[in-house]
Amino acid sequence: MSYTFTILIFLIPLTVFLSLGLLNSKLKPSVAGVIGTTGLAVITILSYSTAYLYFSSTSTQEGHKSIEAFNVLWLTFTDQLQIHLGVLLDPLSVMMLVVITTVSLMVHVYSLGYMRGERGFQHYYAFLSLFTFSMLSLVVATNIFQMYIFWELVGVSSYLLIGFYYERPSAVAASKKAFIVTRFADLGFLVGILILSFNTGTFDFATLTSLTGPVITQTPGTLFLGMSVTTWAMLFIFMGGAGKSAMFPLHIWLPDAMEGPTPVSALIHAATMVVAGVYLVARLFPIYSFSSPDALEAIMYVGSFTSLFAAVIACTQLDIKRVLAYSTLSQIGYMMVALGTSGYGEYGLGYMASLFHLFTHAFFKALLFLGAGSVIHAVHTNVMTNMGGLRKYMPVTHFTFLIACLTIAGIPPFSGFFSKDEILVAAFEHNKLVFAVQWLVAGITAFYMFRLYFSIFWNHPREYDHTPHESPVTMTFPLIFLAIASVMAGFVPFHDLVTSDGRILHTEFHWIIALPSVLIALIGMGVAAILYCKQNPKPENLASRLKGIYQLTFQKFFIDEIYLFITQNIIFQFVSRPLAWFDRHVVDGSMNLVGNTTVVFSGAIKRIQSGHVQLYIWLFASGALLLTIAVLYLTK
Amino acid sequence: MTGPKIIFFILAASIVVFSLLSVLDRRILRAAIYLLFVLVALAGLFYMMNFQFLAAVQLILYAGGIVVLIIFSILLTSQINSKLDAPRKSHLLSGLITAVGGIALSLATVIPFVFKATASDAIGTDMRTIGRQLLDTGEFGYALPFEVISILLLAALVGTIFIARKSKT
Amino acid sequence: MVVLSTLVFFIGLLGVLIRRNLITMLMGIELMLNAVNINFVAFNHYLFPHRLEGHFFALIVMAIAAAEAAIAIALIINIYRKFLTVNVDDVDELKY
Repeated sequence: MSYTFTILIFLIPLTVFLSLGLLNSKLKPSVAGVIGTTGLAVITILSYSTAYLYFSSTSTQEGHKSIEAFNVLWLTFTDQLQIHLGVLLDPLSVMMLVVITTVSLMVHVYSLGYMRGERGFQHYYAFLSLFTFSMLSLVVATNIFQMYIFWELVGVSSYLLIGFYYERPSAVAASKKAFIVTRFADLGFLVGILILSFNTGTFDFATLTSLTGPVITQTPGTLFLGMSVTTWAMLFIFMGGAGKSAMFPLHIWLPDAMEGPTPVSALIHAATMVVAGVYLVARLFPIYSFSSPDALEAIMYVGSFTSLFAAVIACTQLDIKRVLAYSTLSQIGYMMVALGTSGYGEYGLGYMASLFHLFTHAFFKALLFLGAGSVIHAVHTNVMTNMGGLRKYMPVTHFTFLIACLTIAGIPPFSGFFSKDEILVAAFEHNKLVFAVQWLVAGITAFYMFRLYFSIFWNHPREYDHTPHESPVTMTFPLIFLAIASVMAGFVPFHDLVTSDGRILHTEFHWIIALPSVLIALIGMGVAAILYCKQNPKPENLASRLKGIYQLTFQKFFIDEIYLFITQNIIFQFVSRPLAWFDRHVVDGSMNLVGNTTVVFSGAIKRIQSGHVQLYIWLFASGALLLTIAVLYLTK
Repeated sequence: MTGPKIIFFILAASIVVFSLLSVLDRRILRAAIYLLFVLVALAGLFYMMNFQFLAAVQLILYAGGIVVLIIFSILLTSQINSKLDAPRKSHLLSGLITAVGGIALSLATVIPFVFKATASDAIGTDMRTIGRQLLDTGEFGYALPFEVISILLLAALVGTIFIARKSKT
Repeated sequence: MVVLSTLVFFIGLLGVLIRRNLITMLMGIELMLNAVNINFVAFNHYLFPHRLEGHFFALIVMAIAAAEAAIAIALIINIYRKFLTVNVDDVDELKY
């Protein structure tokens, strides 16, 4: 079975990016949009066929094997240090291909309507294609270095897209923040890669994660500060993943990234790029599971804390996109928790649950963002206190948004229920405290999501400048599609397809976990309905009574201010200034010294070129004499 | 002390003294005349060594040609009346050091050396031998330098005329 | 003889270095050339009497000296026309 056609999945968006980027304003906007969307439609079909071929071809007895469709040697430095580029097909990457292309296609179609008339329409589509290309290439990487290359490229695309409205200073600042924070995390990633590959001698995933391979079967020799080298490497690699997936304390860029256009938020910051960290841990899962279980524990705690932290902040935010951003943080926290609680093989429930949640989350979070975009497009404001009663004006958006909210709250039979439930089961089996936290977060999630829903669509109708109307078909079609996907995705037999070792995982339905989770979700919904369904003073009273806590959460726990304080007062003062002084005076100074020395020296020598013939003759004669003396007497 | 030796010493002493005077005197015409005396004494030295032809050429060429040329140029650049400037002290010092150092070096190298004379017959230095050798093309012949010298003289001639002609203004 | 030629050579060199007038410098150069001639002739006469190489070399040196003196005079005349001086300190336009 030849999978060589899969190379088209990467070449097509790359070509689209290059052509749209180069032919920028020579193309009419509609033409550019059509080109971008068509390209993406083609690769979506290709990914679906790849998935179908892949999952139906490999037998279910030994499990789904990983196939290398390509592995091309790209750079050779020495015999040991070689960098390949290739396409690796295994359940994880095929699933990611499907997810990324589907969501990207929906975003492309949606942007035809949302971004109509905007300046820079053509290069918007170029950047979208660039992002799609790099994300796709990231998930099929055969070795960790290729992954790093495309990891950085994804960061660049994100920077370009967040800062799309480059005339707004807040957008520019947000894009810089995103890039710098993720770049900082990537420093850890690179250190981790280097440690890992230095100790194992390879970049290749197949070798690194093979159970019979050298990495896992060898016990690591050296210990550093009580943890093995592998654990250190894995922690550093997780730092890179934490930056991309916005885990605490590197989460600060994600809420600000909402300055970008809403379809971008849907694509990058909800469904695809931010799950890159989860993908990374899942890709290296055998190493995490066997060689450094301490790292997995750390991942679990970080994920759990982040989900609680983000959920609490989301309860008081007023900007609808910010609420959704914190919701994303919270859900990714769920995914990390699931991975952290997972074992391998038949204990790999957490792995499967995490990826299942990734799958469903992509759809419903994209749906939520696109729905929010539809609302913003209609009423021209982001702040939910300026909205209300929109259910009369925008029925399609209303209905699909409701479906998405129910999904994220975890109400059956929507997909969110199934995936979240599996996570709760995995957490329950591993660590009861984490389970309790995640269960609580489920309730809080339901609360703030329905707070959002009720504030937008119910509550008191406001006066609008012009009557909001439903969005055009290009925007509502993706909403409907994603709503259907959110419903159907729950029924995909994930345990047959994507598991930690490729074999089928047997799961059972635990009523004892499912019932309380649905119950707390319903309680959350109910509280939100009481507070926000009708216009009433209860929220303000509550806020004024809990003033301290309210302020704390509203200001996002002042994390941004702390960061600013640290960087400006500590890092700039004590690190940057001395370094800048050093650069200016020592490095530049030595160069200037060389230059000045030459000038002074030449000033001294130039007197020889005096133009006086006698001087020349004298130099000549005395030079000849000195040479003679030297030859005769000094070289005896 | 034989006759030739006395004559040699007289000639040598006069050469040295007159050359020193030529170099140090501050009236230019006198310097030229001292140079003339040096050249004539040198011709005498050549004659003493049995190189009559060379002595004659020396007198004709140097004394009769070059010194005359020098005196002409002195007249042309109208310096007969003025006295020459004294040399600069720094130049004097450095020149002296170089000259004395050079003398010391050369003499220190040459005097200890024992020159071996070959014990063969002397060749004649009459015009016939000289002429034959001058135009000989075999071994020890000097036809080639002869021709080259003639070309050199031609070039010098043309060059001199070209350099020194009046510009076309 | 060799002593003599050495002395005259370095006296000539001294003259070239000390004198400020171009013509007197030329005279010093002539002195140097003549010293060299003495050297050649001396070596020929006392060490290699069966050959005439020193003799001929001295002859050729004389011819060259003549040609060079002629050109030097032509140059001096030209310089005099341009700078109206034959002081060597004033002819220093080829400087930095």
